[in-house]
Amino acid sequence: MKNNWWKILSVLLISYSIVMGLLGPVPALPILYETIRNLYFHVTMWFAMLTIFTVSLISGLRYLNGFNLKHDIVSSEAAKVGMLFGCLGLVTGSLWARFTWGAWWVNDTKLNGAAGSILVYLAYLVLRNSVEDEHKRARISAVYNIFAYFLMLVFIMILPRMTDSLHPGNGGNPGFSKYDLDNNMRLVFYPAIVGWILFAVWILNIRVRLHKLLSQNQ
Amino acid sequence: MKRFLLLLLLLPFVAQAQESEMASQMRSDGKIYVVIGVLLLIFLGLSLYLFSIDRKLRKIEQAHNADLR
Repeated sequence: MKNNWWKILSVLLISYSIVMGLLGPVPALPILYETIRNLYFHVTMWFAMLTIFTVSLISGLRYLNGFNLKHDIVSSEAAKVGMLFGCLGLVTGSLWARFTWGAWWVNDTKLNGAAGSILVYLAYLVLRNSVEDEHKRARISAVYNIFAYFLMLVFIMILPRMTDSLHPGNGGNPGFSKYDLDNNMRLVFYPAIVGWILFAVWILNIRVRLHKLLSQNQ
Repeated sequence: MKRFLLLLLLLPFVAQAQESEMASQMRSDGKIYVVIGVLLLIFLGLSLYLFSIDRKLRKIEQAHNADLR
C-alpha cells in the first residue's frame, strides 16, 4: 500500500468534488443555473486529457532519444487513455451544450477543434497499427505524436481564441475564472483537477503494466 | 426463493417508511443527497474495481518475475 497513496488520494479528491460539487455554493447565473457545477466534471476531463497527451508526447521524445521500446509502450497507451478522456469531455460537453446553448452540437471552433484533435489521435492509432516492424512503428509514431500534440494545442487552445466562440474562455467570451469562478468554486475545482489527473495516470499505469506483461509473454 | 420471501415479508415495512414524513437529512433540500449518494456509490465501486484489477496485475507481475529468476 506504500506506493498506492496517490491512487487513494485521487479517489478521495474526486469523492470530495462529487459531494462539494453538488452541495457547495455557486453563483446564480442566467442560462447556466445549476449546470455551472458541470465545471467540476466536464472541464476536469480536458485537464486529464491534456496531461495524458503530454505524457504521450514526452514518452515519444524519450523513445527517439535512445530507442528504448518501453517508452514507446507508455507513449501509445497514453494516447489511448488521453482519447478516452477526450471522448468523455466531448460527450459531457455535448450534453451541457444541449441545455445551455440549445443544441447537442454547434459549429463552434472550440467544439470542432476538440473533435478534430480526437480524430488526429485516432489517425495516430491507425498509423501505428499499419507498421509491422516494432522499431519502425515506434519511430514513426513518436514523430507523428509531436505533430498531433501541437495540432491539438492549436485546435483547442489557439484557434478558438482567434475567432468568435460560444465556449467560455475563448474569442470574446470570458472564461469562468474572470467573473463567475468565485473562491468557493475554486476550492472544489482545483482538487477535482488534481484528482482526475491522478485517476487518468492510474488507468495509464495499469494499461502500461498490462501491455508489458502481454509483450513479455509473446 | 428464501430471500424473495424475506423481501415479501419486509415489504409492508418498506412501504410504511415511504409514507411517513420523517424529516431526515436524506429527505431535505429536494433529495439531492440521494443523488450524491448514488454518484459516490458508482464512483467508489468503479475505483474499487480498478483497485482489484491493480492487485491482480501485481500478483501476475510478481509470479512472472519469479519465473524469470
